Formats: sequence, C-alpha cells, structure tokens
Amino acid sequence: MAKVRGRGIASVSYPTGMNLGGDPTQALVFCQPTGGFSVKLASTDLGQGLKTVIQQIAAETLGVPLESVVVDTGDTDSAPHCMGTFASRGTHRVGNAVIMAAQEARRALLEVAAEELEASPDDLDISDGVISVRGVPDRTLSVFDAALAAHFKYGRTISGRGIYLKPKSTVDPETGACDPDSTVAHATTVADVEVDTETGEVTVLRLASAYEVGRQINPAMVEGQIAGGAVMGMAHALMETVYPEYPALRPHAHNLSDYLLPTTMDLPEISSVVLEYPSSNGPYGVKGVGEMTANSPIPAIINAIHDAIGVWITELPVTPEKVLRALKERDAAQSAATAAD
Amino acid sequence: MSAITVSFTLNGRATTLTVSPATTLLTALREHAQLTATKAGCSQGGCGSCTVLVNGEPTLACLTPLAHVEGQEVTTLEGITPVGGLHPLQKAFYDRFAAQCGYCTPGMIMAAKALLDRNPHPTREEIAAALSGNLCRCTGYLPILDAVEDVARQNGGGER
Amino acid sequence: MKQLGIVGQSVHRSDGLGHVTGRTTFIDDISYPHMLYISMVRSPVARGKIRSIDTSKAEAFPGVATVITAKDVPNNLYTILCLIGIGPNDEPVLAEDEVMYEGEPICAVVAESEEIAREAASLVKLDIEELEPVLDVEYALRPEAPKIKKWGTNTFTYDGKDHCQIRFGDVERGFAEADEIVTGTYQLSPIEHAPIETHVCVAKPEPDGRLTVHTNTQALYFTLDNTAIILKMPSNRIRMIGGTVGGGFGGKVDVLTEPITCIAALKTGRPVKWRWTREEETRCSSTRAAVKIEMTDGVMRDGRIVARKVRSLQDAGAYHRHSPYGAMKHMVNVVGPYTIPNVWVDVYCVYTNRQPSSAMRGFGVTEASFAVEVQMDRIAKAIGMDPWEIRLRNAYRNGDMRPFGKITEDATLIETIQAAAKLVGHELPPELAQMHSNDEGGYAAAQRATA
Ligand code: FES
Ligand code: FES
Repeated sequence: MAKVRGRGIASVSYPTGMNLGGDPTQALVFCQPTGGFSVKLASTDLGQGLKTVIQQIAAETLGVPLESVVVDTGDTDSAPHCMGTFASRGTHRVGNAVIMAAQEARRALLEVAAEELEASPDDLDISDGVISVRGVPDRTLSVFDAALAAHFKYGRTISGRGIYLKPKSTVDPETGACDPDSTVAHATTVADVEVDTETGEVTVLRLASAYEVGRQINPAMVEGQIAGGAVMGMAHALMETVYPEYPALRPHAHNLSDYLLPTTMDLPEISSVVLEYPSSNGPYGVKGVGEMTANSPIPAIINAIHDAIGVWITELPVTPEKVLRALKERDAAQSAATAAD
Repeated sequence: MSAITVSFTLNGRATTLTVSPATTLLTALREHAQLTATKAGCSQGGCGSCTVLVNGEPTLACLTPLAHVEGQEVTTLEGITPVGGLHPLQKAFYDRFAAQCGYCTPGMIMAAKALLDRNPHPTREEIAAALSGNLCRCTGYLPILDAVEDVARQNGGGER
Repeated sequence: MKQLGIVGQSVHRSDGLGHVTGRTTFIDDISYPHMLYISMVRSPVARGKIRSIDTSKAEAFPGVATVITAKDVPNNLYTILCLIGIGPNDEPVLAEDEVMYEGEPICAVVAESEEIAREAASLVKLDIEELEPVLDVEYALRPEAPKIKKWGTNTFTYDGKDHCQIRFGDVERGFAEADEIVTGTYQLSPIEHAPIETHVCVAKPEPDGRLTVHTNTQALYFTLDNTAIILKMPSNRIRMIGGTVGGGFGGKVDVLTEPITCIAALKTGRPVKWRWTREEETRCSSTRAAVKIEMTDGVMRDGRIVARKVRSLQDAGAYHRHSPYGAMKHMVNVVGPYTIPNVWVDVYCVYTNRQPSSAMRGFGVTEASFAVEVQMDRIAKAIGMDPWEIRLRNAYRNGDMRPFGKITEDATLIETIQAAAKLVGHELPPELAQMHSNDEGGYAAAQRATA
C-alpha cells in the first residue's frame, strides 16, 4: 500500500481593495475628432489583463464598439494618479473611475448630438457607435459625426474625469473595529491528492473550484487567473521556500535551480465554475479575482493529505521529507498506543 | 578588449556580428541584432525564456556563446512571424489566452515549434515534457498546453 | 442581472498580439545610446556594523563612471508606505552605518557595461563588524534578544502597542462554555514572487533637467512619489513610464530600483539601466512573509464555533516595506468567513535579519485562509462532523456581525461550497443543499437568538 488517496476542501473569502481603503484611482477619457476614445490611466497591467477589461468597461459605458477605445496606461506625464495594481483593486477601482469619466464624456457627446438631432439629451441612447432618439428609430447620428460637430462646429470638449475612493477607515486600537473592505469574493476548492507513503511524495491529482467574483468582465481571463493561481497555490503548499530550513538562514535559495517552481510536469487536473453575484459598488458588479486564486488550494491540499494519511502537516512546504517524518511519528504513536492497550 | 567576429544565418539572413569573446547568443540577439523578442528571464539556464532554435533544435540562448553558432542557422520568434499575420502557434496562444504577462511566451512558442517540427502529432504528455524547461509564473500552463494541442490537432494529430 | 454588451464577453486580450509576436515592449527591451549599467554591492552578512566602505579601486577601474553610496542619496532613509502614514522611516536606500540583511544594497557601481560594473563591484572593500543576527520571530520577541530596530524593539508599533488586535465578545467565556477546545499551529514558508521578468529600470536625464524613467513597477505613482521624496525633487521633474510588467504578484511594489537608477543618471548625465539578476530577484527582493499562526477554538459538540483566539507572528524581515499593513489585513481576515461570537486576535509584525518580506498575491489573507481552513477540518475531526457540514453551518450569512464590527453584506460562501460539491459530484444532504447566504439558518441565527 504505497499510494493512498485523499480529498480535502477549503472555503475562502477575499476582500477587494487596499485594507481599510484610502486607495484612490483616477481616469481621464477624451474623444478624438473622428470619434475614437482614449482612456488615460497610470495603472499597470501585470498580465492579468487590466487594459482589456478597462477597454471593455469604457466601451460598454460609452456605447461604442470595443475598437473605438484605446486604453493608454503607464505614463505619469499624461495620466492622473492611480494607487497601483495590487490588493485585487485594479478592476474595481480603475473600472469605477473609468465609468465615471466615460459617463461624463458620454453626457457631453449626447449634448452635442441633442443639438444636431433637435432632441433632449435625456432622450438619446448610444449603441454600437450610433446615437439615436429613443422611440424614433430613424433619427440617428453616428458618434463619428457627433464628435466632428463637437470639435469643429460647437467647440465643445467631449471628455470626462473620474475618480474612485473608498475613504480610509479608522481602526479602533482596542477592539480592531474598522471597515476594511469594499466587497468580498468567495471560493471553495476541492483537492484530490495521492500520497506515496514510501517516498513521501504528494501528487495533486485534481483541483476543482467554485468561485464567486461578482460580475465577470472577461470570463476567459477570470479562468486564466483561476488556473494560474491554482498552480501557484499548489507550489506554495508543496514546493516553494526561500529558506528550506526556516528560520535558519542557510540554505538560502539562489536561483531557479535551487528555488523550485512548478513546471508543465507538475500539473493537476484543474476545473472551475464561476458564480456571479454582482457587488453593489463594483463596476457593473465586479468584485475581483486577481489574488485570491492561490489561497484555497493550499489548505485544500493539506486537508487532502490528512484525509489520505491521517496526519496534519501544517508547516509549509509539505516536502517528501516532512511527509515521511510525519508518517514515522504517526506509526510510532500508533504502536505506542497498541503497546499501552 | 579583443573582439571576435561570428557569421551565421539569423532568421534566414546571413548575419555577421563583432562582439567581445564572452558574448552569449542571447546578448548578441537582444543587444547587437536588436531582436528583443527573446527574453532574459534568468541568464543562467533556469527558465527557458531565451529559447531559440539553432538548426531547428531548441536552445537556451543565454548558455550559448555566440561563437558556437558560427555557420549555424538561428531562428527567433521574429523569424517565424509572417508579415502581417501569425504563425499557427502564435494564433493558438492568442486565441487560448496562453499569454498573460507575455514574458515567457516567446520562449514557449519556440520550444513548442521545435517539438511540432520534430513531431507534428505529439500527445499532451509529450507536449508537457517538451515544455518542461520553460517556466511560466502566470498561467499555470494549462492554456499553453491547450494552445499547442490545438496546433497539433490541426496538424492532424494530438488525439489521445 | 442586467444584460450587457461587451462586458461579460471573453474578448481577446488587447496586448495579446504583442505578446505572441514578442513585440510587446518590456523595460529591458528599452535601450539608449551611451547607456551605463549598474551592479550593486550587497551585504555579505545578515547583521553588522559598517566600519568602512572603500570604493577607490572600483572607481579607478577602467570603464567605471561612478560609484554611488549613501552620501549620494538626498533622503537616504525612507519607507514606502509613508504615503499612507506608516512609519517611522526605517530603510536606507543604501546602507550607511549598519546592515540588516544579507543582500542589503550598500553601493552601486555604474559602468559602461554590466560585466565591467560587476567586476568593479567585486573590488569594493567592505569592513563590516558582524553581529549576531536575529532570525527567529519567537526569539525576537523575548527580552534577551538583541533589539535590531533603532527604536529599541523588534516589533512594529501600533498605537503604542507591539501588536494590533481584535477584541470581540468574551473569548474566555466562550472557551468556558465550549465542549471541546481545538488548537492548531500553522507555519507558512517565505516564498518568492518569481516573476519571469526580474526588476528592471532605465533612467534617462533630459536636457531640461527632468528625468524619464522606464520601470516595471506595479504602481507608477507610488514609485514616482517615493522616488521624488528620496531624491528631494519635485515629482513633476520625474516622468515615470511603465504600465507593462512581466509578472508582478506583489513583488514589484517596493520602489527598489528607481531611486538609485535616477541618482546614477543624474550623477553621470547619461542614461542608466539597472536590471536585477535572477540571483538578486531570489535572494534580495522581498518575499511573502513567513507567518506563524496559533489558533485556539472553543467548539460545541453540534459544530458551533463559540470562541476563537489567534496569535499570529509575521516575519517582516529587516524593514517595514508592506508588512505592517499586511499584518493588519491579516488581523481582519484571520477569523475567516465564519460567524464566531467571541474573538481575540493578536497580530505581531516582527523584524528579523532576513530579506524583508512585503506584498505578495493575497498577503495577509493567504496565510489566514491556510490556518482557518485547516483548522476547520481539525474541528470537524474533533467532533466527528463532515468537513462540508462544519463549513456550511458556521458560514457567515448576510446580516451577521463581523468581529471587526462590520455587517456582512455580500456573503456567498455557502453558494461556492454547494457549487464545488456539485462540481465534484459530492451529494450534500437536503438540509445543507438548501442553505443560502440570506437564510436564517446556520449557527449565527442560533447565536443571535441566545445572545
Ligand atoms: S534566460 Fe536562458 S534559461 Fe533563463
Ligand atoms: S505569461 Fe507571464 S510568465 Fe508566462
């Protein structure tokens, strides 16, 4: 009986935005003479896809095709303040600021269109780059023509400023009372593992997760975060440490030959479902998913190991040596118990 | 400092570079030939982000002295990108969201190309094995394996 | 849910074509003519007093433009979170009188090439009196441990206390009432972000006296503001350009490359590039904090958790960076998404002589989730309850009071548990399958009723 299997679960919550808040982001949106929109941000895309989701959010708010929107990130000479990309704040904070800016620009555009169409701005809609009078389907004006008119006929700016700030919460130093988060996302992961009791090696066979992240702006990219985080979490549980004999300073990992990272050969089967319960304060109901995806796999794997071999190994990473040591202690305790009977 | 002159074929073109003797192929590509698709993730053979093809073989440019490619054929990601289009692997990576930050992507695609050139119908396990020296910290590898599998399938293979 | 157009669609990444063709411009792809390179001289010891730094041989080495030491840094002492009121400043840009961790930057050699810079860096003579390093967080808290921070303790000070805390309900009464006491200790490892792209910065002096800085920071303004403070320069004389990062995971928010690269550019009048080696990225950049969590729970035989006490030690390493903030985030998350009427949490941010820990994907919460969720299984085991059931019964419901005094508003933990069970084909008993986050079920309601 060298290989035993086990299953573990773990359920987590994850707060959006910097703890306590106080982390603003601003956005500028403007329209070019022929109807192209530019979104100016000093926010950073780390690979999670911020530029793309912001393009989607801006296009949705403005009512123009995705291709009409260019998102320019990353120049402090041309874009106002953003706190930065961390704390799963990007889509929530930047998205809210962009919606505010885009709504202002949209309003300016509609005011120009209202004059051209001889209608009230409140009766106008923009969809797919066409402005129309509600209920009068043949009275339309393209965004292209409205933008031209704004620039060259009316001398009007079509632009918008946006900001999002959750004011910083105080913390009661005695009780810890505070308002730490804007919204909270959730996940549950089921891990199936196989433990080789001879070598101590743990193989993660499967990580199956259910996520609830508010509205998804781009489901494929949400899935990308889930898979990437699952593998990072698995490696945190089983492989990674800078100081293998922590707290000792030696050994100390130097490079990628002694700091073990997961490779294509270490992959479990990964599957997920995503539930959508829109948040009240996120852009279109977003909560956020960037960071939390590495969290639930770790305890789920530890619990699965316990399910397989009956011991809690709660010092990360769970290396084969630790598994063998734990098995030895388990067996010693069992035989001591039998002897005592 | 002394210099050496190395002549080789780079993305189909005869190329001659004069560099200091210790210059690696990676530095030569990025800093002398201005081909920056090939990335320097570690410069010590640990990550695969510098993978290029030397005579069709996947090769870590950071561990290869430029002098070693004298007379050889070197192919980088720039060399397989058709003008105004995408190589099937590039298209598959794009469609599968297999690049998140994109830093591992050039090396991944070159390693995958080396595999598919050698074996047009690899199994998923063979794909994983061929890419096992290429690290990606973002994707968890699944979309990368999916992308390569897509191309293998277009090649008429890859079914398990 | 409102029907939307483009929101909710899996459109292609806007930077995807750049990524797959290798044409996305990352910072290391940016070079300027006449550019110089940096190699950093770093501390060989974990703790010591600097007696002297002799840079003369390095300065005289052919191809070296300059060597930068603490004297060249206008505001050498900083802490990045000073912007949100965390202090005091405790980290030198370049070490001055002491070194606090192995790998701490001491002086920067600026030269015509990386090879020259590296070779010259090896000629810098350091005279450091080695001191006993403090490495163990428990030891660091003991009275006999050397005090490594200038303010005379080894902990961050929160409102006059050596820890931050939650006090909710009466935890001792909860323990007294409990049928079982369940304890667990959890130790997380310090891990590396390991982005495939290491830290890179290019700074270029402009003719008008401004600086153009290309950086792969995760936070441009954060970096701009801190750099301006360190350089004692108005921030609008610095232009930060970035926005494209080859993986961050929290590892690129510490403002570690930009100030020195800027100083090198100003001092030499030439563009300067500093790119970290993989070894620097692994050994010297921040890590996720190693966190030790002791958790004690009072549990009723029916599965109710009636009290939770937590003592958590965050190994901050040598300097604040983001750890004092992370400890507070940890504090509010370490109870987990469960409704527990009596809670006591003490979180310590402890300094040791190792590379500083800082932000990393989910920090504060990742560690909390690990401890809480293994603890939930321990509790289930202790009272003989199924791990699905213990979670569903204790899961917080909307309307429940959190231990930090906030009413739960957007709980969906139960729904994810049920969906996960479905995903793996695990059938839940009808009572559990019917629970939801707005129900009056679970233990919270019972607790509210008895309170
Ligand atoms: S750069 Fe060559 S293997 Fe990492
Ligand atoms: S996509 Fe970021 S490392 Fe692979």
